[in-house]
Amino acid sequence: MLVSLYRYNPETDNAPYMQDVEVEIPEGKDLMVLDVLNLIKERDPSMAYRRSCREGVCGSDGMNMNGTNGLACITPMSQVVKKDKLVLRPLPGLPVIRDLVVDMSLFYKQYEKVMPYLVNDTPAPAIERLQTPEDREKLDGLYECILCACCSTACPSFWWNPDKFIGPSGLLQAYRFLADSRDTAQAERLSNLDDPFSVFRCRGIMNCVSVCPKGLNPTKAIGHIRNLLLQRAT
Amino acid sequence: MVSSVTNLGRSGVFDWLIQRVTAYVLALYTLFLLGFMVFSDVNYETWTALFSQTWFRIFTLLALLSIGAHAWVGLWTVTTDYIKAMAPRFLVQALCGLTMFVYVIWGIQILWGL
Repeated sequence: MLVSLYRYNPETDNAPYMQDVEVEIPEGKDLMVLDVLNLIKERDPSMAYRRSCREGVCGSDGMNMNGTNGLACITPMSQVVKKDKLVLRPLPGLPVIRDLVVDMSLFYKQYEKVMPYLVNDTPAPAIERLQTPEDREKLDGLYECILCACCSTACPSFWWNPDKFIGPSGLLQAYRFLADSRDTAQAERLSNLDDPFSVFRCRGIMNCVSVCPKGLNPTKAIGHIRNLLLQRAT
Repeated sequence: MVSSVTNLGRSGVFDWLIQRVTAYVLALYTLFLLGFMVFSDVNYETWTALFSQTWFRIFTLLALLSIGAHAWVGLWTVTTDYIKAMAPRFLVQALCGLTMFVYVIWGIQILWGL
């Protein structure tokens, strides 16, 4: 199988280039894309990419496979390879550090902006802050985000304004804390989001929904945030 | 919180709401005009009769103001997406603003035959 790899080493290369590599796939096996990369790295150790848990939990190996963002470790070849060819590129829209490794600073900066932690000024109870099962249920579909950045880097609004638009991942997290019954900073959280960029740059393109490897729906969460802002302001 | 002074309102939710509301006004106005053209004989007499009624002048002015506001929110979004340098971006925004202002005032002049 032909694998076309995005290569860039700032220490030796003037510009990024695509490198074509022929890879022998073991007969009758549907390898994950990460396994293919590992086969390539065995031959060429200079190939750089991030990986850790290799089971879709850590979110390290987000990359662009034949044009679609996803986690290499849980994406089988049969799902992405077309005409016996696989094109691997780094996540779009973020600066490339080397080969498939991108600089996620902007992504994390946006994450930090939404205060991704519980804020509660009331005195702490002796054991823990309790939640009814119904309130806990509201966090389903929100807390599972692993911050792999597949969604935000598939979002044109994030490409154009990565410094101002929080992006689908950050907004999903923002709603995760807005929806938490134990949080007391809802007013402050909403005030921080009520500008023309942070939330409202979302144009409902929904690339985030189609690429999320965990099957989450950031567009829906953004809709909920918009409704909360609207309720507060009208 | 990202600060911005060139968008229509000062808040994101204001811009969003204005764009939705004006979209309904524009859709209603377009449907009405299309309906008028389909169901009545359009000639000088019927057209002037329609535009001589105060309610329709108000409706038209509302549609004109809606176009101005709707286009401002939309074009402001486009300029902030695609024009990254401050000077050309501000220039394009100012030109858009001026164009809309001229059209609204001109529209008032035409409607009331001032």
